[in-house]
Formats: sequence, C-alpha cells, structure tokens
Amino acid sequence: MAAKRKKKLGLKQRYSMLTRGLDWETSYQKMDDVFPYDNYEGIYIHDWEGWEDPFRLTMDAYWKFQSEKEKKLYAVIDSFAQNNGHLGITDARYVNAIKLFLTGVSPLEYQAARGFTHVGRQFRGVGPRVACQMQALDELRHVQTQVHSMSHYNKYFDGLHSAPHMHDNVWYLSVPKSFFDDARTAGPFEFLTSISFAFEYVLTNLLFVPFMSGAAFNGDMATVTFGFSAQSDEARHMTLGLEVIKFMLEQDERNVPIVQRWMDKWFWRGTRMLSLVAMMMDYMLPKRVMSWREAWDIYFTEAGGALFKDLERYGIKPPKYADIATKEAEHISHQAWHIFYNYTHAAAFHTWVPDKEELDWLSEKYPDTFDKYYRPRLEYLDKEEKAGRRFYNDTLPMLCQVCQIPMGFTDMDDPTTISFKVSEYKDDKYHTCSNGCKDIFDHEPMKYVQAWLPVHQIYQGNCGGSEMEDVLKWYKMNLGADNLDYNGSPDQKLWDEWQAHRTKV
Amino acid sequence: MAVISIGEYEFEPLDKEENFHGNRLTYINWENHLLFCSPVCLPLPADMPFAALVGEVLGGVYAKHPDFEKIKWDEVTWRLDGKDFSPDMEKSLGENGLTHKSLLRFWTQGLHGIAGSNS
Repeated sequence: MAAKRKKKLGLKQRYSMLTRGLDWETSYQKMDDVFPYDNYEGIYIHDWEGWEDPFRLTMDAYWKFQSEKEKKLYAVIDSFAQNNGHLGITDARYVNAIKLFLTGVSPLEYQAARGFTHVGRQFRGVGPRVACQMQALDELRHVQTQVHSMSHYNKYFDGLHSAPHMHDNVWYLSVPKSFFDDARTAGPFEFLTSISFAFEYVLTNLLFVPFMSGAAFNGDMATVTFGFSAQSDEARHMTLGLEVIKFMLEQDERNVPIVQRWMDKWFWRGTRMLSLVAMMMDYMLPKRVMSWREAWDIYFTEAGGALFKDLERYGIKPPKYADIATKEAEHISHQAWHIFYNYTHAAAFHTWVPDKEELDWLSEKYPDTFDKYYRPRLEYLDKEEKAGRRFYNDTLPMLCQVCQIPMGFTDMDDPTTISFKVSEYKDDKYHTCSNGCKDIFDHEPMKYVQAWLPVHQIYQGNCGGSEMEDVLKWYKMNLGADNLDYNGSPDQKLWDEWQAHRTKV
Repeated sequence: MAVISIGEYEFEPLDKEENFHGNRLTYINWENHLLFCSPVCLPLPADMPFAALVGEVLGGVYAKHPDFEKIKWDEVTWRLDGKDFSPDMEKSLGENGLTHKSLLRFWTQGLHGIAGSNS
C-alpha cells in the first residue's frame, strides 16, 4: 500500500516555521556573547517577540516573487538596448542625471547590502534578523539591476565607466559614501534608524520619485522599469523602517531620547545628501517634473508632518532643524548646482547654464529668491562662457567635516553669507557647514576626526599627485570627455550628430 | 564619551598639521562674492608674510572676478577665526595668529559682486 502523503503546511504555519521557527536559545554560550552588538547602544529590549514582522514573507516565496519581477525587467532592458532606446531620451544633458545616479546612488545600494547583512547577524531576535536578511538581498539585487539598466548608456556616453572606483575616491562622491560609512559603522539599531527609517521611510520619496519620474518624463524607459521593479521592495523597506522605530519606542521609554537623537542626526545627514537630488531636479532634467521646493513641500512637509504627528504619542518630536531644512528648500538646488558649476573640470559629469526658457521656469518656481540671488550670476556665467571664458574655480574648496560638501551653503536667513560653524577638539579646529552637522560632530567627535576629506587628502599627497591632472587621472576620469561643460563635450557632439541625421531622414 | 562604541575607540585625526609637509591648511573666504561657490582651502607655510598672501596668493584664487582689481586693500576688513582682525602685512601668517585650519574671511568695502547680487 502506498504511503500516505504528508500534509502540506498551512500558510500561517509555514510562515511561522520558516521565520520564527528558525530561532533557538543558546545553551553553552551566553546570548550576550553571541549577540554583543545589540545592547551597547543603550537601547533596552525586553521582549524580542514584540517585533511585528513587517514582511510576512518566507524565503521560498521571496525567491519566486523576485524572479518573476526579474524576468520582466530584463525583457525591457533587452528591448531598450535592441531598439536604441538612448535615441528616445529628451536630450543628452539628461544622461548626466544617470551618471550622478550610477556613481552616487547605486554604490549605496551595495553599501546597504553590506550593512543589512551585518546587522542581520547581530540582532538576537529572529524577526528583525529575517527582515534584514531579505533586505540585504533586495539591495544586492538593486545594485545589479541598476548597473544592468544603465549600462546601455555606457556604450555611447562618457563618465559611466568606473562607478565603483569613482564612488570610493572622487571628491563629491565622498558625500554619499561617507553618509553610508557613518551608518554602517554605527550600532545595529542606529543603522536601522538611519537607513530604514530616516532614509527609506522619511526621505526616500525625495530620492526615488524624482529620479524615476525624471526618467519617465525624459524618455528613459530602462531606468523607469528598474524603478517599477524596485518599488515593491521599497514598500517593504519602508515598513521595516517604521517597525523598527515603533519596536524601540514601545520596548522602553529610556529608548526615546536615543531614538530622537538618531532621527535628528540622520534627518540632517539625509537632507544634506539630497542636495544632489535637488540640483538634479531643478537643473539637470531637460523636461522637468516639479521643482525641488514643490517636492519638499509634498513629500516632507505634508507626508513627513503626518508621520511625526503619528509618532507624537511616543514622545517623539519632528527632527531638529526641520524648519531650517524647509527654508533651505528654497536655495539648496541653486547653491549645489553652483558648486558643481565651479568644479565641473573635476567632475565626471557635465554642467551648464540653463537656457532662457529654463531660467524663466526657475524664476517662476522660486519667485522670491531666484531673480534676486541666482539669476544674475547664471546670466553672467552664460555671458562669460559665450565669450570663450567659461568660469571654473581653480582653487580647492573648504569642506564640511561631517557632510563633506564644499562649504557653499549660506545662512538661510541671509542667502548672501556662507554659514560657518566650528568646534574645537583636542587642540584642533573642525569646521562644519551648519548647526545640524556641528551637533553631529560634537556628539561623537572621535568618529568624525577620522573623516577622509578629499581636499585634505589631495594636499597630503594621497590622491595620485600634486597637480589637478594627476588627481583626475587617479580618479580614472577621461580628461576632456568626462569632465568640463556640456557645451563642447563629446556627448553633445554625438547627440547633435544623431539629431542632424534624424532631420535628414 | 567621544563616541558610542562597543569597545575602546581611540584614533588619530586624519588631518593633523604634521601630515601637510610643512604647510598649514588655511581657509579663506571673500565675502559677498559667491561667484566663488565656497571658501577655499590652501596649504600655506606659517612663515609666509601676510603681504605675500594678499599680493600673490589671493590674486591666484580670485583674480577672475571683475571686482578683484577694484579692491582697495587698505580698506578691507578681516576676521580671523570669528574675531575682528587687523593683519600686520610685514609679519608672517603665524605671527599674525593664523594656526592650522584657521578661517580667514575678508570684506571688500563698496563691492557687491555681479550686478550687486553678492555673487
């Protein structure tokens, strides 16, 4: 007689056995020795079972789900390549946003994979461990699919050839790199607060939506499809972000001030990094989606406002300096673009002065500030460029010790004066660009005195030589192609040839 | 506590003065002239005369600006590390009180940048 077939597990049972059921209490080693990282930050956890699993996914379901998405994505990437999708974008200037994304953001996905792999080992509760493990895989998938989606552009356009090397070495890429280095070298709870909550939950819409709608508006189907493919992952990541915050806050009220400080810190670091996105939205998209100011009002002021209202019951306040960041939304894109305009000879993407129609758009979107502070400067730069004197700043900039951005941001109540802050630590001076960055330094000075500031490293002789050209070669930049103004670039020349050919046909 | 850490945590700062081959980092900002997007950072020897900073170094940094040649240097006001400051042109940077990573800001009277926009 045939053996009776075993019954399959029910969905709930299966979920429970394949997640919580994988855990055990150690017997011959102390739990504290096995999981040394999850209590040194001062966070008290009394009941790890209190963790509500936000994913509700088991690993086998995860693989199946992801592979379905993968098939669709790669079909689109293939067809984009076969149909010369790059010819369908609005303008070759758009590709500079892709360059910034590939060198600045995609390597962060890899950093996130490393971070989640690490903390996925370090929590003694199985719920967060499984959640972090899946997110680590997501992040690895994101970096791979982004590289594959964007690699088509590398066949035709400059500046896309050495993203990982550039991310680790180039001066402006130390801004996103140091952000993640800071997060990954913190404890596991701070890491989740920084990446899962502040970044993925509070600020992600300000990064992802602009890039993906920017891609859609500008005819970049490969990147849009990647965006769709990542969207369901991002939704899971956001849920994890909120869950970890609620978990910490519900476990012990002594956790509240620690969580608040992390929120303050990572909100500020996040907004600093988003200045790159701000300038992308206001300056780099040939067809604009919305202004940075508008994006900030919708995604931070409104959505973030509701979130922090919700967290009030735990004693959490909106992030410190949120009011300053909101004032900055009026200025930050112009100031960041100006920094890159000054130093485009040392960047792996192009900058340019917006044309008249684009300047008018900026005047309309920033009626109180653009004409007063920024338009005269851009018109002057345009005039200089047309006269054959394209302006470049020949001296290396002073950097903020914490966010590592050149000190080009002004006092927000006085947009004509640079904001300077300084701290003394062990007989040395450490300069920061804002109270937000200064607070971060002052709380953990021993961490930030080790900052690898690109300008200082160049002067110490650690970046390939003492001449600018040596340094740029050390960055693996192709001089005269990757860098300098868009006008006169090989990218522009090629694009113009394609357009001329199209009108002939 | 200088850092929240799992164990002993003591490291050397990366930008100590001795790492700069006999120079000191000096940060300089020409106020109300944001055509130059940010203050600049220069490695300068402590024994450089202040007059050389004004006469040689600053020109190399800022001469591209149309206001630069209009500067009346005897009317310039200076601040060093947050305090009002009257440099002695004949003395060295060190003797004038500049140290490693000092911030020197200067205001040029009557000059307000491109089209008066402080650029």
